[in-house]
Amino acid sequence: MKIIVTSLFVQDQDKALEFYSEKLGFVKKHDVPMGKFRWITLVSPDDQDGTELLLEPNEHPAAKEYQKKISAEGIPATMFGVADIHKEYERLMEKGVKFTMEPTKMGEVTIAVFDDTCGNLIQIIQK
Amino acid sequence: MNWDKDAIFKALGDSTRRLILDELFERNEQTLYELTVRLISKHNLSITRQAIAKHLSVLESAGLVKSKRKGKYRVVIFNNEPLKNLLKGWIE
Repeated sequence: MKIIVTSLFVQDQDKALEFYSEKLGFVKKHDVPMGKFRWITLVSPDDQDGTELLLEPNEHPAAKEYQKKISAEGIPATMFGVADIHKEYERLMEKGVKFTMEPTKMGEVTIAVFDDTCGNLIQIIQK
Repeated sequence: MNWDKDAIFKALGDSTRRLILDELFERNEQTLYELTVRLISKHNLSITRQAIAKHLSVLESAGLVKSKRKGKYRVVIFNNEPLKNLLKGWIE
């Protein structure tokens, strides 16, 4: 078994697609109409056959509540790996991305956390 | 303002709580998550977020930390006011 898709709740699919593609630089892989919503997935430009990120509508009240409560405490919804976290931090700051935690060395790794503007905090990590 | 000395000394009597203050002194306005990650990975503490939240409430009742909403997030802030003049009278 392998992980092919990992999902993330978002408040607005269009806004999320824009953020994840234009700010973060992921590439849209699927965009299929599904009733009221769409099945939207993105992949890393460096690994287009790799794990897909699914932008899942947070339609359910429990999803909204979950998102709100964990982000209030600063807890990231998911985590992405980067090669050079300081470079990535500068690049995202220039694009107006807001960080709740600047790059911080934590033992073997360096992590940072930013707001995806769709209800989530995302952690980036350099191993 | 008159601070409750018993509450302050009780709060300071625990090494984890002093470590929390050290971390907040180094970088003020941290989210609970950031504080947790720092305590666990920098200091190798084996502690849960719930335990940290409890320590924070002890610190908060002593007036040593405050929390405020910063946009969507809640951040923890070190307040050193109660420490000023704490030993006054003894060391003068």
